[in-house]
Amino acid sequence: MSGNRAAARRKQAVFRWVTIGLCLVFFALPLFGMLEFTTRGPGGTRSAQTWATLVDFGQVSAEYPALREGFLASIGLAVLTVAIMLALLVPTMTWVRLRLPGLSRTVEFICLLPLTVPAIVLVVGLTPVYAWVTYLLGESTLWLALAYVILVLPYAYRSLDAGLRSIDVKTLAEASRSLGAGWGTVMVRIVLPNLRTAVLSASFLSVALVLGEFTIANLFSRKNLQVAMYELGKSDAQISIAVGLAALVFGFLVLFAMSFVGGPRGTTSALVPRPRGRRKVSA
Amino acid sequence: MTSQTRQGVTVELIDLRRTYGSLNALDGFTLHISPGELVALLGPSGCGKTTALRCLAGLEDPDSGRIEVAGRDITSTPTNRRDMGMVFQAYSLFPHMTARQNVEFGLQLRKRGSQERRARAADMLDLVGLSDQADKYAHQMSGGQQQRVALARALAIEPQVLLLDEPLSALDAKVRAQLRDEIRRIQLTVGTTTLFVTHDQEEALAVADRVGVMRAGHLEQLAAPEVLYAHPTTEFVADFVGLTNRLPGAVAAGHAEVLGGRVPLLQGSATSGTVVVLVRPEGIDIAADPAGQATVVSGSFLGAHGRVTTALADGRHVVVQVPSSTVAHYPPGTVVRLTPRGDAALAVAAASPSLSDTAGART
Repeated sequence: MSGNRAAARRKQAVFRWVTIGLCLVFFALPLFGMLEFTTRGPGGTRSAQTWATLVDFGQVSAEYPALREGFLASIGLAVLTVAIMLALLVPTMTWVRLRLPGLSRTVEFICLLPLTVPAIVLVVGLTPVYAWVTYLLGESTLWLALAYVILVLPYAYRSLDAGLRSIDVKTLAEASRSLGAGWGTVMVRIVLPNLRTAVLSASFLSVALVLGEFTIANLFSRKNLQVAMYELGKSDAQISIAVGLAALVFGFLVLFAMSFVGGPRGTTSALVPRPRGRRKVSA
Repeated sequence: MTSQTRQGVTVELIDLRRTYGSLNALDGFTLHISPGELVALLGPSGCGKTTALRCLAGLEDPDSGRIEVAGRDITSTPTNRRDMGMVFQAYSLFPHMTARQNVEFGLQLRKRGSQERRARAADMLDLVGLSDQADKYAHQMSGGQQQRVALARALAIEPQVLLLDEPLSALDAKVRAQLRDEIRRIQLTVGTTTLFVTHDQEEALAVADRVGVMRAGHLEQLAAPEVLYAHPTTEFVADFVGLTNRLPGAVAAGHAEVLGGRVPLLQGSATSGTVVVLVRPEGIDIAADPAGQATVVSGSFLGAHGRVTTALADGRHVVVQVPSSTVAHYPPGTVVRLTPRGDAALAVAAASPSLSDTAGART
């Protein structure tokens, strides 16, 4: 019997490694292709010239001003999107949990809705809104952040909801209120520190999504990193692919970092000491 | 140990009403708490005791009625300006702060200097016996320790009123009894007027100066524990507090004839006709007697004392309290004679709906 079990375990282990191997090949092959393409030199040689150019921001700015513009716009968009998303979602979700639990389903529905709306439909709907935004606030790629907040809502909502579920917000808020805290203090000193993990994952997801966004920016004729890369690809494919690869690796690193932040207790405890939940234990 | 010996303040809850849909959580609830007094509100789930406490804390708004503390109307004062310390049923320590930081939190909000905060937190942690746990986080402490820190945190701000919302219900029995006694000791030390909500009658009777039994949003009886136990004024209180035998009897001249003996009646008893008399297990004597009117069904050993459950000829059960050493004298099947000792008891009209219950004894 034990021999059979050992054989079954071996089979499972082999299957596991084969699956992991195939997945790695599936994901790594295009990346390897990109790397190979960006290191091609003249006459079939290998050259790191493209990457040397890319890491020199001054040179990139001088040679590819559109890329610089798109990069800076995407960074600005990421920061602005995260800021608006947090300012909008954290207080709303906390308030709904504390005072209007009956509305939680509605808020969840609204936040998850963007998942079902194609980008083109969103753009069509937002066009008249952006006409007013441009009229009132002036022309800037940064206003795309308003549309991006809608795009990141489902992901950010899920992260923050998981965070809020892991703590007893109502009791913590009531305890701090009874000690003399106003609502602002409750949010800043009690709720946010205990949502740190959730806020970080919501932010990382939003950054990854914003840095990879192409459709809406392109349809609105705005230049973010992806649009700049696309346009650059028409004239200098190597640098465009190199930027694409760098963006992919960066996105991967962001998500990788997030898996540590939201991962096992051993790693999170360094960030936030978390409660173990209600238990009956002797004093 | 703290040097704080503060005089408590008067608390008045006047004709409070609070409804949730069709449910009257508070229905004309009125309560007066004297300075420094510890009043426990006791009652079954949904009787409104927690709602009353939350109204006093400002966490719920009454639909009508008035709340006064130290003569000042605070009905519409927000929670954070009511100056009340509260310990919750759920563990409520801020998970990202150490025990010391938790205790200092309320003082920080009051802009006290760091020296004063540290000293006060150390005093309070000392008061609850947790000086050595000051740098621990909530998840590093047991449930009992967390509730002690929560108590220290509530007391650190020198509140006018201390509110305890079933703070012991998540703890195991031994810790609960231990912490219950400590709460009383600390409350007597600091002298803060305290409202303690619990569904555990033993807890309420053990710690409170007065116990209020609540039912359907109002107070049924508010009295000192011994008075509440020995002189219940309503059937509900007699049934809810302690164990009660419901025995059929007949009223005559301020007495009831029960089990062949006479029982003086408490005020508020039915005055005529066939009644049910609510007699405590310790109010009945038991003796083995082949000509007796009851048969022993079972006996149980409860530590300091024991209980013998007997059945009358009509099937009605009667529970009798005996010294634990004598439980073994009454094995099941023994025919016994039950005689009332003559302690005053409450008699209610036999038409009471609960009389259909054939099991005579109720907890």
